[in-house]
Amino acid sequence: MQNTCEIGNEMELSFDSRSSNEAFARVTIASFMTQLNPTLEEVSDVKTAVSEAVTNAIIHGYENTLHKVKIHAWIQGKTLWLEVADEGVGISDVKKAMEPLFTTRPELERSGMGFSFMEAFMDEIEVISEVGKGTTVRMKKTIGKGRELWTTQSL
Amino acid sequence: MKYEVQENCLTIYLPGDVDHHQAEEIRQEADRLIERNHIRYVIFDFAGTNFMDSSGIGVIMGRYRKVYMLGGEVWAVHVNERMKKILIMSGVTKIMQIYEEEKTNAEYM
Repeated sequence: MQNTCEIGNEMELSFDSRSSNEAFARVTIASFMTQLNPTLEEVSDVKTAVSEAVTNAIIHGYENTLHKVKIHAWIQGKTLWLEVADEGVGISDVKKAMEPLFTTRPELERSGMGFSFMEAFMDEIEVISEVGKGTTVRMKKTIGKGRELWTTQSL
Repeated sequence: MKYEVQENCLTIYLPGDVDHHQAEEIRQEADRLIERNHIRYVIFDFAGTNFMDSSGIGVIMGRYRKVYMLGGEVWAVHVNERMKKILIMSGVTKIMQIYEEEKTNAEYM
């Protein structure tokens, strides 16, 4: 019996806070999670959540100035864990920031739905932030929940 | 990315990924065309699109605000199941209609 609490695989990614790197980040995570044998739907869900978190780091965390965005990803059993971190301005009121349609940047046509999308597409999300220090968004998603486990039946 | 103007109607053929990076470019070009051609109807064509995040929702809402004062409308066409899920979930379907093509007999078979 495999110990499902053990960390199966782990990776770290650090890249410039340029909008062109948003695609790079989500494609990299999509590639990393293929070892969990996810459905296309599950891959799309994770890609959307990564895109939202990285976009937040670039626009809000770093206010479009050039610094590093870091992603730490690991797999524990059938669960994918993700941490997207910036060392930017931080969030003074996390609860408010996570309200649907709330945005501090309406002039940039931000829809205020970034955190709502992350919550909808991942199983859990936690936001750790300190003003002046930065923000870390930790998310997890268990892969394969929606499928019947017929392959695991003993023959 | 391709844009097409026919009278007062603008069709935006969206890229494969509609994210924050692509949204900036779509917004600038679309607004330039909307103002220059007195556009009232904006059609977002999703035929080549497989990914969209909340930045794309921002682009749709922004274009809607530009044309609705003039009695205009925004539409989505060629929407796949994933894109439909994103559009409905975001609530943007309250201001934008999804054009559904009637299936031909051949597609039912």
